[in-house]
Amino acid sequence: MTDLIEIKDVHHAYQTKAGPLPVLAGLDLAVPEGEFCAVVGPSGCGKSTLTRLIAGLMRPDKGEVWLHGERVSSPRQTVGMAFQNPVLLEWRTILDNVILPLEIVASDMPRKKRVARAEELLEMVGLSGFEGKRPSELSGGMRQRASLCRAIVHKPDVLIMDEPFGALDNFTREDLWQTMRNLRAAEPFTALLITHDLRESVYLGDEVIVLSDRPARTQYVMDIDLPDDRPLAILFEPHVGDMLHTLRDQIKIAQGRDGEAG
Amino acid sequence: MHTFQKVAVPIAAIAIFVILWELLVWANGWPDYVMASPSDLPDAYMRFWKLFLTGAWETLWRTVVGLLIAIVAGVLLGMVMGLSRIANDALYPLLIGFNAIPKATLVPVLALLFIGQHNFNTVMMAFLISFFPIAVSVAIGLATLEPEYRDILRSLGASRFTIFRKIALPKTLPEFFGALKVSATLAFIGTNLVEIISPHGRGLGALFLSGQTNSNYPLMFAVLIALAVLGILLYYAVVWLERTFAGWADRMA
Repeated sequence: MTDLIEIKDVHHAYQTKAGPLPVLAGLDLAVPEGEFCAVVGPSGCGKSTLTRLIAGLMRPDKGEVWLHGERVSSPRQTVGMAFQNPVLLEWRTILDNVILPLEIVASDMPRKKRVARAEELLEMVGLSGFEGKRPSELSGGMRQRASLCRAIVHKPDVLIMDEPFGALDNFTREDLWQTMRNLRAAEPFTALLITHDLRESVYLGDEVIVLSDRPARTQYVMDIDLPDDRPLAILFEPHVGDMLHTLRDQIKIAQGRDGEAG
Repeated sequence: MHTFQKVAVPIAAIAIFVILWELLVWANGWPDYVMASPSDLPDAYMRFWKLFLTGAWETLWRTVVGLLIAIVAGVLLGMVMGLSRIANDALYPLLIGFNAIPKATLVPVLALLFIGQHNFNTVMMAFLISFFPIAVSVAIGLATLEPEYRDILRSLGASRFTIFRKIALPKTLPEFFGALKVSATLAFIGTNLVEIISPHGRGLGALFLSGQTNSNYPLMFAVLIALAVLGILLYYAVVWLERTFAGWADRMA
């Protein structure tokens, strides 16, 4: 399999009043086509910068970002994005929010087809019957479901998510993990998920990448060797517990504390 | 019941206001050159109803035209300031300085610049006095747009104009209409200012002035009430537009 996302030795720094602040220093990352890559790391380590680089919203100071064998230098229509804030447009209905990307990337698609596509996705995430509602009429979890639909409505190759479940309560979050797995089973896409929840990274990921503290580089890569059909209870099995422990130790190392002491 | 209440409550409030006004004048025994009472007004309206109609029309159309120009200019200015840091830094002090000038002082300036162009001068004043809130609100609305809103379209390669049309513009509408309510009343004041101050004015302002010159005090008060009614109508026209185009922002409904 070829690598759909490839990041080679990326360095990036922000200009601040106190001088340049390096956030990424020698980051390497490769995600094969169809894989789900979860990225964890200490807070403020430059994970969001990574999403903006892959989306082509920014260019790195040094190093290369490749998507589909092409060097990324500007935004591409084959990318979908979801954030912690669902950023739904309050003046549009849920249906029209989901359709929004199609208005940009498939402007000649007839409205009927757009609606059918959006309805198909909304049904998959359990939002049938809410098409005509305004975002403010929905709960936080439902809004995030709609936001996920919008991120993949145009069938992107890559779905980039920046802590999309971070602001939800635990039960809602676990529901959405399952929704995410269902979506992946139905729609082929390669995914990169930024998260600070280790259980989430193991449950959703095919591989988990631990970034070091800022400036971030790839510190540790773990292959998640679990079946595609994962019940939530798998998280309580001993070998998964061991994985979580290993990741936790890696995070501690990333934070600059000793792995054994914690 | 609900609509009845919505109409009845303000009407009752107005009736109470009129009764209190009448009582105040009656209790103090004021003659009409100190303060006219509501019962003096019907006579003034009946005698001068033609002048009221033409005056109201003059005042209204010049206010609305001035306001329309203020909307176009204010939105453009707000866009430039909201989208460009440099333009914002350059224009803000100028705008604030201009807004601080008492607009009455501009009446003679305009009159000398465009001699005899009474309609033009009046529309200009309505515009000059009312574009500021619109420009500021649009600028702030655009400058405070969360970057994620821009990113969802920018990551798809949408042009700046598309992002503006689909996201920034509708998102700024509630702020815009908030400012438009202020601007509508300001434009109205601007129109009247010119009508009252300039020597050969027209409109309700000029009618007020002629009441003053002829010592017809009930007429002066009748004009003030007519102005108030016109101002209320204008305001509710804006409210209606707001409901139509930015009703989604109203979470109370």
